[in-house]
Amino acid sequence: MDQPSIISLLIAALFTENFVLVKFMGCCPFLGVSKKLDTAMGMGMAVTFVMAIASMFTWCVNEFLLVKYNLEYLQTIVFILIIAGLVQFVEMVVKKIMPSLYNALGIYLPLITTNCAVLGVALLNVQNGYNFINSILYGTFAALGFSLAIILFAGVRETIDEKDVPESFRGFPIALISSGLMAIAFMGFSGFSI
Amino acid sequence: MEKKKILKNGILTENPTFVQLLGMCPTLAVTTTLKNGLGMGLSATVVLIMSNILVSLLRKIIPDKVRIAAYIVIIATFVTIVQMVLQAYVESLYASLGIFIPLIVVNCIILARAESFASKYSVVDSALDGLGMGLGFTVALCIISIVREFFGQGTIWGIKLYGGAIKPAAIIGMPPGGFIVLGILIAAINFIVKKRKEGGKN
Repeated sequence: MDQPSIISLLIAALFTENFVLVKFMGCCPFLGVSKKLDTAMGMGMAVTFVMAIASMFTWCVNEFLLVKYNLEYLQTIVFILIIAGLVQFVEMVVKKIMPSLYNALGIYLPLITTNCAVLGVALLNVQNGYNFINSILYGTFAALGFSLAIILFAGVRETIDEKDVPESFRGFPIALISSGLMAIAFMGFSGFSI
Repeated sequence: MEKKKILKNGILTENPTFVQLLGMCPTLAVTTTLKNGLGMGLSATVVLIMSNILVSLLRKIIPDKVRIAAYIVIIATFVTIVQMVLQAYVESLYASLGIFIPLIVVNCIILARAESFASKYSVVDSALDGLGMGLGFTVALCIISIVREFFGQGTIWGIKLYGGAIKPAAIIGMPPGGFIVLGILIAAINFIVKKRKEGGKN
């Protein structure tokens, strides 16, 4: 299968097929951890790290274990176990090195396991038939797309909090509607490729 | 615990989508048509009931420290089964739900119920809780997808309702529409709940 160039992967993952705003993966942390700019950045960093490493591990396991022994139907189970293990590892590292970030991310750190963007990217790498390098790149770029969306959105949300929103719309509904508007902005990129 | 209450809890009082705001990714992604919404809702319901039953059966055996990993493996197993069944019997649905079928594994609703309900209550109660929560999720997906299909494509369940002179607003069927429709629906529900509470006081 033809492998796409780095630039086209980057543009697709960041803009035209942004994981959160176009593909709807990773909406839970996107809506949950985007109340403050610095937590959003921390979350973006943690997810980027996990997604890059997860892409690497899942590609190797898939190629050298599952495909070799015709066990592709076990992909979902094996991938989610690898991801759960990685997240546990990241949790320990963050707790040790950056305790403040650990406290700020709170429950959302272990929940990276159930962030569909991570499992999603692992499955998409296989579906799209990317090679080793492109899998890692796609994982990293997709995570950067996620970080871009969540950081932009946290900025929007910090200003919304000070505005006089109709009572029924306060909190979650207005957050959804503003992310809808952001998604419209990202639709402007569609069809854009190199 | 009262059986009726468990069911009602899932469908209304603690509706996973509209009240608990869990499982947002499939909610937003697959609700472009009623067929997809219903298919996703029912698939998730099956997984939810089966995983609740198994987690409840094994609740005294699974050690506390590795329980989350154990739950995930249980859930992933049932998701794989559902995926195979869909691929074999309803291929059109399998194709249109695509990657969101394996992603049922990471639907927060299922893990949340395993952790907060099935690991504490009896098998029958857990199965009922799975059914209630699953139906609540399905109903929510159906409501969202009816709105989106009607305004986005002018059809419901593929049956053409209007079109021609009045063009459907395609944006409602596209990703931004998902966010906006869900936001407006939740706001509407907040509004109704608030009005009812005020009515109750008078």
